[in-house]
Amino acid sequence: MKNLGTIGFSEEQVELMDVATSFCRDKSPVEKVRALMEDARGYDPDIWQEITDLGWLAIAVPEEYEGVGLSLAEVVPIMEQMGRRLLAGPFMTTTLAAQALIVGGSEAQKSAWLPQIAGGAIATLALTEQEGDWNLDNVTAKAEVSGDGYALSGTKQFVTYAGDAELIIASVVLDGEVRLALIARSAIADSALRREAIIDETKRSFELTLDGISIDAGALMDADMSKAALAHIDLAANLLQSAEMCGGTQAVIDYTLEYLRTRKQFGKVIGEYQALKHPITDAYIAYEKARSHMFSAAHSFADQGRGEVAARMAKAAADKAYSHAADRAIQFHGGFGFTHDCDAQLYRRNAIWNASQFGDAAWQRTKLADLLF
Amino acid sequence: MAKAGAAKPTEAELKEYTADAQAWFRENTVTNPGFMLPLTFMEVSTDQQFDFLRAWQRKVYEAGYLGASWPKEYGGGGLHPDYQRAATRAMKDHDAPIMINAIGIGWAGPLLLDIGSEEQKQKYIKGMLNAEDIWCQGFSEPEHGSDLGNAQLKAVRDGDEYVLNGSKIWTSLGDRAKYMILLARTSNNEGDSKYAGLSFFLNPMDVPGIETRPIKKLTGEYGFVQCFFTDARIPAEGLMGEEGDGWKIAMKTLEYERGAKVNLAGGYFLKELDVMGIVDVARRSRRGGKPVLDDPVVRDQLVEYMIDIQAQNLNNYRRRMPPLVQDRPMGLPLMSKLARTEMIRELTEFSLQFQGAKAGYYVGDDNAVDDGYWHRAYLNSFSATIGGGTSQVQKNIVAEHVLGLPKGR
Repeated sequence: MKNLGTIGFSEEQVELMDVATSFCRDKSPVEKVRALMEDARGYDPDIWQEITDLGWLAIAVPEEYEGVGLSLAEVVPIMEQMGRRLLAGPFMTTTLAAQALIVGGSEAQKSAWLPQIAGGAIATLALTEQEGDWNLDNVTAKAEVSGDGYALSGTKQFVTYAGDAELIIASVVLDGEVRLALIARSAIADSALRREAIIDETKRSFELTLDGISIDAGALMDADMSKAALAHIDLAANLLQSAEMCGGTQAVIDYTLEYLRTRKQFGKVIGEYQALKHPITDAYIAYEKARSHMFSAAHSFADQGRGEVAARMAKAAADKAYSHAADRAIQFHGGFGFTHDCDAQLYRRNAIWNASQFGDAAWQRTKLADLLF
Repeated sequence: MAKAGAAKPTEAELKEYTADAQAWFRENTVTNPGFMLPLTFMEVSTDQQFDFLRAWQRKVYEAGYLGASWPKEYGGGGLHPDYQRAATRAMKDHDAPIMINAIGIGWAGPLLLDIGSEEQKQKYIKGMLNAEDIWCQGFSEPEHGSDLGNAQLKAVRDGDEYVLNGSKIWTSLGDRAKYMILLARTSNNEGDSKYAGLSFFLNPMDVPGIETRPIKKLTGEYGFVQCFFTDARIPAEGLMGEEGDGWKIAMKTLEYERGAKVNLAGGYFLKELDVMGIVDVARRSRRGGKPVLDDPVVRDQLVEYMIDIQAQNLNNYRRRMPPLVQDRPMGLPLMSKLARTEMIRELTEFSLQFQGAKAGYYVGDDNAVDDGYWHRAYLNSFSATIGGGTSQVQKNIVAEHVLGLPKGR
């Protein structure tokens, strides 16, 4: 097989893994997760500030824009621990928006926004539309020349954390070509945002109506750069999602194991029954495989060709492992599993959410078939 | 297990050695001798296959590419393990045939180098390496396949001999081996754990009272035997360690086999399944005038397997990277056999689906796809999902030792 990823790690990655492991565990116990689910904003601004202070938003930002100058490989262990603890907040989408700027932004765009993001400004992406197409170049929203700038129109969906974002990067079509538009929050009326009801109650997402929004001439990325940025975001998102999903898979397996070790039925701890023991072992094995793919995708991400295969394999493996583990977790908790109080549903919903964004396992496999055969 | 003195090669030294090894295997490897070569040491069926593989191992050894890192005084090359690794890499790169004397060089040899007496090392090691002395393994019994610790073959001390009675089964090369590593019961005291009465022997196969009967496999071929021991007398010096150490020593040999503890002699005993070979079957097979590989369902399934295979390759690297296995360091090693063997079973079964009606042919018919290779590979794949601990037992092991679930009774 050609184009396959390899595995390795950096010292920084391991250090960040250690810090993120204790930070996410301490800051996001499940009671806190559940409290934030009821909160309108959906995350704790104090924790966001701590994340900023830790420099996590600056990790993959180049040094000349006040970043640390590392890569997404170092963000992966953080994302994994956030997924494991269901730590709520706009970390992933802000990181992805920064990636869009790094790959597709002009010098002026990068200088204007990257230092702000590294310093804690929330940024997000507005890419999906009514069709729910995972092809990011299937865009109908428009930019039209208007005065010195552009007038936007159309509707974007799944714009996560748009309510608090200072920058929204939306895909629009100008003269038949897809462009990325940088929209400052100040240009968006509150009425242009509608909070969406989404499957994962630990996250926040909005529908954004672009009609009536105008941007400066300098706020569009050029066509080639936009294309490159979209291709990059697609893979970067799948990489980070694979990490969030691996973390979630580990957590849901641990949560279920705890139950299997303590719950008694018919005079036995239920973990003795092979009807439960073997499938949870299968789930665990799938998790370890997905985690190897995750590290490989992180390590190989920057390699032309290999990076795409590795990232898509990582997302496909993580989706398969997470969806199955969380599905079985509900079942193995019996009657309790059917309740909102049982944490199994949190993970199952988180898995569905992540599968729904940027392509599920089957979609990744379709892409992989063309890359591999 | 090279002596402490075996120096690590410089980059230049290793490069030169590697180039020589690559050249040697390029020149000497025969991939198609005109008959089907076994993919594993458990599948040696005919005299032709046996003679070929035995001669091949000897040739590799004599060229210095097997046992390169074993001590010189016992027949090894006395070099640093890096040399042997380079030689084994060259074998793989040229898809060389397997080393037939797996139990000798993979199990018994490392054990002797670890805890054997000077005399034993002098007597056995060289014959293992040059395949003069074929070794087999007597662990499983007809009534105790998965429950190895419950082995019942009796060994009773009588002067400077032990008298053996009982039976061993699934013995690869049992009818061709000169020696067997044997797990036998030397005591059966009430109240002792079942493991306490087990002892470990180096057992000569050519003594009166040991008979072998070939077992015809589901493929129609031979490869395993059942061994019957009837008042067979073996020298007491074959006992390894003390009476009662058997289980501990048997577990040690498993560790060697996994490559965890000592440097193996080198080479490999099982050929990796060639996944691209399956993709190739899908490309060659046609349905409705089009390659089966164009079928979206087939493509999807194949990609799924490739993701799985890649995961297992990555697992093999990751398990040696402590920071990446902090939470459950034993997880990857203990799941590896289970995951790998089950995947091969599924994948080879899947390969039959491409063949349309031709999946009805079997080895021996000229119309069979790839001479029936895939049918054989599928049927033989069960040897690995059952042998060495069934997948179901493996799942219990992972569940209990890695996930902390209670033992079921």
